[in-house]
Amino acid sequence: MTERLAPLVFGIIGLAGWEGIVRALDVPPYILPGPVAVLAAFTADPGGLLLALLSTLSVTFTALAVAAVLGVTMAVAMAMSRWAQAAIQPWAVVLQVTPLPAIAPLVIIWVGDPFVSLVVCATIVGFFPLFANTATGLMSPPAELTDLFHLYGASRWTEIRLLRLPAALPYFLSGLRISGGLALVGAVVAELVAGSGGFASGLAYRILEASFRLEMPRMFAALLLLALAGIAINFGLAALGRVIQRRWGEG
Amino acid sequence: MLTIDQVSRRFATGTVALEDVSLELAAGDFLALLGPSGCGKSTLLRLIAGLDQPDLGAMRWDAGEPPEPGAIGYVFQDATLLPWATTEENIYLPLRLRGLSRAAAQPAIADAITRVGLEGFESARPRQLSGGMRMRVSIARALATRPRLLLMDEPFAALDEFTRHKLQADLLALWRDVGATVVFVTHSIYEAAFLARRIVLMTPRPGRVHHEIASPLTPTENTRLDPAYATLVASITRAMEDTLR
Repeated sequence: MTERLAPLVFGIIGLAGWEGIVRALDVPPYILPGPVAVLAAFTADPGGLLLALLSTLSVTFTALAVAAVLGVTMAVAMAMSRWAQAAIQPWAVVLQVTPLPAIAPLVIIWVGDPFVSLVVCATIVGFFPLFANTATGLMSPPAELTDLFHLYGASRWTEIRLLRLPAALPYFLSGLRISGGLALVGAVVAELVAGSGGFASGLAYRILEASFRLEMPRMFAALLLLALAGIAINFGLAALGRVIQRRWGEG
Repeated sequence: MLTIDQVSRRFATGTVALEDVSLELAAGDFLALLGPSGCGKSTLLRLIAGLDQPDLGAMRWDAGEPPEPGAIGYVFQDATLLPWATTEENIYLPLRLRGLSRAAAQPAIADAITRVGLEGFESARPRQLSGGMRMRVSIARALATRPRLLLMDEPFAALDEFTRHKLQADLLALWRDVGATVVFVTHSIYEAAFLARRIVLMTPRPGRVHHEIASPLTPTENTRLDPAYATLVASITRAMEDTLR
């Protein structure tokens, strides 16, 4: 129990120290606001910040869903045919190693619609772990089990449906957890790029806006919300994974 | 049932797994392929199952004998069950792959479960079962399609001695009941002597048939205490030492 409380206690001590230093040294709030000022900035306009958070989260989860569908579809295509594997694999890596900030402006210009272009950017970042993990999972069953399917004359698709896809489920779930965090990062990065182009409603835009106006407390409040959202996504997807695994009979 | 005629198998790595192997398999046989690791016994089993093809020679089946899918059951060294599926679902798998609905398969599933003594564990998942019970599920799965030929690749090698003795005795009873032909790969002289009617001794690199010994025993529960069993073990051992020279 004390170990569970440790991060909380450490956080409170940290926050108190932070507030203490800011007050003792009389640091101006446009350089470094104390936690009390940050909280005040949040309570001054909770609706605006939460609406921005909602916008960022809707981009994140839409992108995560698209990445999951695309990742699983392409991994299955690769498992179905050697030709598809040779064709897809190198391009998936290209997608992974290209930095999002470098392609985000292009995506935003091409796509036009702000929401869709943000989703495309976040999908690009979230796609790879889902795709790579699922592909690994599809290859995970032991050779004896695939032999068994051959022995009874099962088609490749039957083998994927009854053996490889269920075997890939734990791999997919851990990919989902990684991609969840990455999709949020992707959404924020894309919002930052899009924000400098004039349109955006997400939290990253609120951060940009606050920094232009030197409203540091509001900027910190937005940052804090983002961090909390990231933590919630990570823990939420981990918990979802555990529930599904238990239903599935493993775990 | 099957004539294996001067069969050779060479892998892409250059290893000659089997060279010039000839063997006759008759319906009702219980044949043990006995030899050290690397003598090609598992390769031979895969050739019989049709999971691999010979480079030279031919596998000739008598009319009406396998290789139609479902006519051959295969048991591996590990139980290789679907970890997410229950005992019943695991045994249903071969029937499902042959296109049977769950309802149509149920009598065959129940029969296989009774044969291997797994009543009461129908809904258990593999991780809730002991190693011996998992192997029973694996055997039941192989029996589900009522195969004419049962291929077993060191199925008891990973089990403890007590469990192994029990499963060996049960396998013999099954063999008599079901009337299937069994080809059993093992590296244990004792196991081959206890189970098989014909013991085929193989030598490694390249894998060849060295010698065949016919068992004079009629296996029962007490075979292990029978002096004739000790004599058979001794004669296999002598033949084995021959191969090492």
